[in-house]
Amino acid sequence: MNKTRASGRTVGGLRTLTLQAPAVTLLLLWMIVPLGMTIWFSFQRYNLLMPDMTGFAGLENYEYLLTDPALWSAMGTTLLLVGWVLAITVVGGTLLAVLFQQEFAGRGIARVLAISPFFVMPTVSALVWKNMMMHPSNGVLAWLAESLGLPALDWFSSLPLTSIIIIVSWQWLPFALLILLTAMQSLDEDQVEAARMDGAGPIAIFFFITLPHLKRAISVVIMIEMIFLLTIFAEIFVTTSGGPGLATTNLAYLIYIRALLDFDVGIASAGGVIAIILANVVAIFLVRMVAKNLED
Amino acid sequence: MRLARHFPVTTLAVAIAVAGNAHAQTEITVATVNNNDMVIMQSLTSVFEAAHPDITLNWVVLEENVLRQRMTTDIATSGGQFDVMTIGTYEVPIWAERGWLEPLDGLPDDYVVDDLLASVRDGLSLDGTLHALPFYAESSMMYYRRDLFEQAGIDMPEQPTWDQVRDWAEQLHGSEEGVAGICLRGKPGWGENMAFVSTLVNTFGGRWFDEQWKPELNSDAWVSAVQFYVDLLGNYGPPGASSNGFNENLALFSRGNCAMWVDATSAAGKLYDESESDVATNLGFAPAPVAETPKGSHWLWSWALAIPESSEHKEAAREFITWATSQEYIELVGETNGWTNVPPGTRESTYANEQYVDAAPFADFVLDAIQKADPTDSTLEPNPYIGVQFVGIPEFQSIGTQVGQSIAAALTGSSTVTQALEGAQRATERTMQRAGYIER
Repeated sequence: MNKTRASGRTVGGLRTLTLQAPAVTLLLLWMIVPLGMTIWFSFQRYNLLMPDMTGFAGLENYEYLLTDPALWSAMGTTLLLVGWVLAITVVGGTLLAVLFQQEFAGRGIARVLAISPFFVMPTVSALVWKNMMMHPSNGVLAWLAESLGLPALDWFSSLPLTSIIIIVSWQWLPFALLILLTAMQSLDEDQVEAARMDGAGPIAIFFFITLPHLKRAISVVIMIEMIFLLTIFAEIFVTTSGGPGLATTNLAYLIYIRALLDFDVGIASAGGVIAIILANVVAIFLVRMVAKNLED
Repeated sequence: MRLARHFPVTTLAVAIAVAGNAHAQTEITVATVNNNDMVIMQSLTSVFEAAHPDITLNWVVLEENVLRQRMTTDIATSGGQFDVMTIGTYEVPIWAERGWLEPLDGLPDDYVVDDLLASVRDGLSLDGTLHALPFYAESSMMYYRRDLFEQAGIDMPEQPTWDQVRDWAEQLHGSEEGVAGICLRGKPGWGENMAFVSTLVNTFGGRWFDEQWKPELNSDAWVSAVQFYVDLLGNYGPPGASSNGFNENLALFSRGNCAMWVDATSAAGKLYDESESDVATNLGFAPAPVAETPKGSHWLWSWALAIPESSEHKEAAREFITWATSQEYIELVGETNGWTNVPPGTRESTYANEQYVDAAPFADFVLDAIQKADPTDSTLEPNPYIGVQFVGIPEFQSIGTQVGQSIAAALTGSSTVTQALEGAQRATERTMQRAGYIER
């Protein structure tokens, strides 16, 4: 009887493929239609402001984009942004996870407070940082600098990318902390106790027991953060609008400029395709690294 | 059972509602900017609806850049989402040429088209036909704090020059706690810093393009104008100047944090209003400063109401825009919101109105600046484009924004003025080549 075979390929006489088909088709459409349209537009002359200029453009959009100095600067900015935020959140997250694992009074409240920045919307946190923290005359940082007798720093014009990195790290550090803290809780206390009895100091315990234990969790943090950090937009839009110059224009913001400030759908789509390629290149390395870690 | 009993009643109600709708109610969607004058217009919705019981207004009020994106994508794809759009002197001729806007001929007699200021009317016309009606118009001028000038013993001449402005800025910078010598726009964007920088370049003798549409952004006039701007604002400007646009500067100046400010004339009403401005009693006015040439030293802009071709309620939309730009509307605002708050710069009758001229001492000044600005002849050497603080071609949004970014980079010191302008020149050449104005 077909029905009784729990692990079988057919249920009630229907092949499982038939049952999966609608869901799979929907998911495929969900992915392929936008992707196909992006690729199609990237070969078209399509500018919303020039309704007369239409037709197949060949590789013109790509040629124009790849010879644009802004693209390479945006790629560099994207990688710098992702790299720095990852470094800060992983290192900071690990240290904080170790710290918050210790027993101390009010630990529960402290944990909630440390994790809460992750629940603030990106636009809101960007506004808070722009107007209340980094503002050269009203900001907390300016006030701090002045009370130490230093000149107030105009963050977004003198250190634009650093400012964005700080804001984004502030948002994502709690995420790393949350994942790593959970991983810390599965650390075998007996093992730590045994190491301590053998005379290992806290630094040795951290490097030889805690860190290897967190390895998998760290790869997961890196992978998930990478996916989101490649498309950082709101923080840039709200604070620096990609400037000054191109200092904070990442790939996502460049595509936005081409699509909604220049209204050039063709070039923006070509930019989208390049972003997909970049994401895939990054993902290939990443998946390998994570897969290797998970096997170990 | 219950359902059955209620069914006919419901059907009847729906039928009545539908019939009523078809007969009487037309809802029109008005897209507009969140500027002070438009906010007042929105607050007067009930007055309009009371006079036109068959029309209801649905407002979409957005920040300028976001609004422009929404409207452009809507109109270019014939979306039909809006029935009335608030657009400026830059968009009207370009959009009208593409057939995106409803031509506004045959306006009712009581609208008095001839009362509209000629320079404003020309800016909103294509081949002599109006395609949008001016809601308010502005030029640029200099505001200064009379008290600080008197303390320092400076007399404001009838027409200040930029060299004088620099000397005064140096003298007045930091003369009081938290006072900057001068405030100017620094926020990048074709409608933000570039509006101001373009007028500065014009008066220094530069232009955007030569007569063959070749960009001239690395010319001597551009370099000296931008260098002057970067030095002036960098040395004597408020902190964080590179992120200040019109609204930020308005807030700074009205709190008394700037000794001088050169910007839109439309700020005058607000600055002169004692309930909103700390400097109202010490407010001084002067024409926008000049350098080499007076040509193009002050801009011309008007916000206007237009009906997109894709609208399905053109008649109702026309009713609304003729109401909101009429003489009667200006009087209504004067009576309900105070005479300094009426939308300025559109009608001669506004400036003939004694109540307005008495309440707003800057009135003649503004009228004069608007009438003197000439978009067809804005630079020392001839140019092929229309516009004082912008170039009336569709590519300009993109060019102006890119160049604005480069200049903001020079302002913050992350690149030199020469580097910034060379980069801007190359980017502009690329855009113009791509659009087919010049050969590769």
